[in-house]
Formats: sequence, C-alpha cells, structure tokens
Amino acid sequence: MSVPRFWRKIPQRYNLEGTHCETCGRYFYPPRNLCPDCRREGTIVNHTFKGVGKVVTYSVIRTASDQFSALTPYVLAIVELEEGPRLTAQLVCSPEEVTIGMPVKGVFRKIGAEGESGVIYYGTKFAPM
Amino acid sequence: MRDVAVIGIGCTKFGEWWDRSFRNLFVEAGVSAIEDANLAGEQIDAMYVGNMSAGRFIEQEHIGALIADYAGLASEHIPSTRVEAACASGGLAFREAVISVASGMSNIVVAAGVEKMTDVDTSLSTDALAGAADREWEGFAGATFPGLYAMIANDYIHRYGLTREQLAQVAVKNHYNGARNPIAQFQKEITLSTVTNSTMVADPLRLFDCSPITDGAAAVVVAPLEMAKKFTDTPIKVLATAQASDTIALHDRRDISTMDASVAAGNRAFKMAGLERKDIDFVEVHDCFTIAEICAIEDLGFCKKGEAGKFTEEGATALGGQIPVNTSGGLKSCGHPVGATGIKQVCEAVLQLRGEAGKRQVDGAEIGMTHNVGGTGATVAAHIFGRG
Repeated sequence: MSVPRFWRKIPQRYNLEGTHCETCGRYFYPPRNLCPDCRREGTIVNHTFKGVGKVVTYSVIRTASDQFSALTPYVLAIVELEEGPRLTAQLVCSPEEVTIGMPVKGVFRKIGAEGESGVIYYGTKFAPM
Repeated sequence: MRDVAVIGIGCTKFGEWWDRSFRNLFVEAGVSAIEDANLAGEQIDAMYVGNMSAGRFIEQEHIGALIADYAGLASEHIPSTRVEAACASGGLAFREAVISVASGMSNIVVAAGVEKMTDVDTSLSTDALAGAADREWEGFAGATFPGLYAMIANDYIHRYGLTREQLAQVAVKNHYNGARNPIAQFQKEITLSTVTNSTMVADPLRLFDCSPITDGAAAVVVAPLEMAKKFTDTPIKVLATAQASDTIALHDRRDISTMDASVAAGNRAFKMAGLERKDIDFVEVHDCFTIAEICAIEDLGFCKKGEAGKFTEEGATALGGQIPVNTSGGLKSCGHPVGATGIKQVCEAVLQLRGEAGKRQVDGAEIGMTHNVGGTGATVAAHIFGRG
C-alpha cells in the first residue's frame, strides 16, 4: 500500500503536536480543528505534547498487511498521553515486556516505506520509560 | 410513516467462491428473494446495495448500477443505490429500503448486500478491512482489524476478568449453530481446544476467535405492510430500524470495551418498537470476533456489563437458552462477506419468525433483533422484527 502524499506533510505526525481547545480545556491528538464538545464556540490552538503517557491496552500483531509484515510480531497499543488524549501507536519493546498501565514515552521512528526503494515515512512510536 | 414488512428473502451459500463472480453471486441472492416474494421484476421500485470495498477486492466501483443491470432491471431504469458503512453496509442498506417504503416514496424495494473477498491475498484483504477504521491515525501505525478488536479484548479481560475459555465458548456455540445452517461457510462443530490451540493472529485473539474472509450475497424484499399479504402469507413486520455513529478511531472512544453506538442504536430500536429486552426471543449480533459478541450482548442490554462471559458460559445465549444469540452461526461460522452480513442477519430473523429455521429453530419465536457493526463500532444498525 502507498499512503496518501499529504500525510507526510502533516507536521503533527512527527512532533506529537496536537491541538488544545482553550474554551473547554480539552487536548486532542490526533489534532482536530473542531472541538467535539464546544464545536464552533471552541478556540482551537496548536499544542506540543510532553510525549509521555501510559499503555491503555495493547495487542501483538502477528498477521499484518504487506507494509508491516516484516515487523511481525510487533506490539500495537493505545497510549494515553499525560495531557489526556489517546492515540494508536507501535511500542518499541518485546511482546513479553508490555503491560497495561506501563509508562511510555514518544520516540521518532521510521514507520514504513513505499516499496523497496520507495519514499520512507516517519512518525511516533513509544518506548517503555 | 407506513408500517413496513419483509416479504421475501434470498441468500447464497457463504464460502470461498473462486469459480463464481461478484455479479453471479448477487443475481442468485436477488432472484431467490424476488421468487420468495412472488414478485415480477418490474414491480420493484428501488434497490439499495450494501457493499464495503468492491474497489479493493475486485477493482469494481459503481456497484448500484452494475447490480441493477445484471438483475435485468436496467431497462426499467429503477433507482439503485450503493450504501457503504464498512461491515455495517448491509444493515444500512436494509434501513434505507425500510425508510424509503415507510416514507411512501416507494412500495416494493430490494435491500441487498454482497462482497467478494477471497480473490485477493490475506495481506491485501487485511489492508482493505483496515480501512474500516481510521486509516490516517490507526492504519498508518500498523493497526489491523483483528488487532483493534484484540485491544478491545485485552482491555475487557484486564477490567472484567473474562477467561480464555469464556471467550472461546462464543466460537464453540456459534459453530454449533452454524453446523445446523445450510448457508454457513463452516458447518462443523468445534471444541474449546480447537479455539485455544489455533494460530495466534493478534494477542489474545486466535484464528478461531475471528470470522473468516468470505464471498457471499444476500437480498430481501420490503413492502408496505398493508400490501404485504398480496405477496406472502407470512409477512414479517419491521418493528424498529435504528442507526448510530461513534468516533471512527477506537482510541477516541469514551470506553474501549463499550460500543456506545450499539448502546444508542439498541435504545433507539427498543423505544421505536415499544419493547423491552425481555420481549426479544432471539438476536443476531455482530460477532466479527468472539469479543465483539461479548460486548454486543452487554451493550444491547441482554446482560450486565462485565457479565457476558459468565452468561455465555452458562448457556444463556445458546439455542434453548434465555436469549439465543446468533442462531444462524453468526459471522463466526456463516462467514463474513462484509457488505452482505447485515442482510443475512435479516434473512435469519425472517426464517426464525416464519418458523422455517429447521434444526436451529427457536421455539415459538415471536420477536427477533439484528445488530450490525461497522468498523470497531463507529456505525451500528439495529433492527427489531415481529410476525406480521
């Protein structure tokens, strides 16, 4: 699979930058340009997260699409950032290491590539703290 | 609004149909539904077709027109519309057909669902199905569809102490029922160890916790209840049609192991039908994975949160139990041709209410329910049916 080109242009993918609603105080990652609580009343500003959080739940992926098959088995998790929002990301650890509630921090990693000589794309994974 | 009834049903056998085409499968289901309703094709006013991803699976789009054409109805120029909501495409196609008849805009409407999934390799089908979740923020990170449900399962196990055996019991029960359903892809009973010894796909879900990749089509005909007796002696009344949405990504849910869209669609359906949970004689729920059935029976209110494992283990959801769940064999044993599943559930409800479900018949079934989920719970369709 190739990914839509515009995804590589999303700066928040690389820096754990999301958004913050100044009206109600909620934080969003992935970023949103409309607050689901305040909607058009909300004032949305960019926010850079500290990049630390904990594992809410996880799985070990053993059958993957072509793009990720070389990585199997890999740990996929829902991580809750300290500021509140949750996101889905891979963990940089062995399947035996991961537990629910484990503290983790964001790390910049290669996510995949388009074909053998294709463009590499990057993003955030999480490592145990 | 007018009362609506199902007057005809048709379903192909579900399975791996390498020697049959997409249109061939659809025509078989459509023709048998029309024959079941004693209709002439030109009496059809409109069609709605549930299909998730023909573009990925067979590289064909424009499914509405294709199906009208090969159903022999292009010369009638009837409106034919594709409906897409991932694995809930069929449930939503049915709902659109019901709304169309209820509104008075149409009289005789076909709701169909079809998917041809086995012509691509597992890697591509895994990728296509991952599109039912948030491609940009879940798929990009390497989330597969089984992986997302596996994260629901781990959250559930962590919080409610569900055992491996209780989870496996869902599959054992559904294969038992499927062994009594001639259209099921798998018509063999299995044991707990079949599930617990099968290959791990995404921890803790093993191969036998997952519904398979399947080809198949299903179709039903709906009409105003007042006209239904002209076509059939056993019209099945649509008592409620409900639909609800939630966040596309699992990580944005209020509660990872509660599908709030199931709760909302279920509540809306019960309110519309003026019925309570205890009035339901059987339910077809969306068991794309064993954990999905556990969540569904809680979210629809058939047992308390956290108790579905015990409820299942005690046989409450088996044939002859307190509330038989997935008498058809569910997605687990029938197979899950994603766009067709929601319509197949309606076919099963109709068979049960007509008393034509054979060895899996629920004695004296008067009221039945269907529950069809898109993605990890971002879309849910719920319907309630009664004898006409």
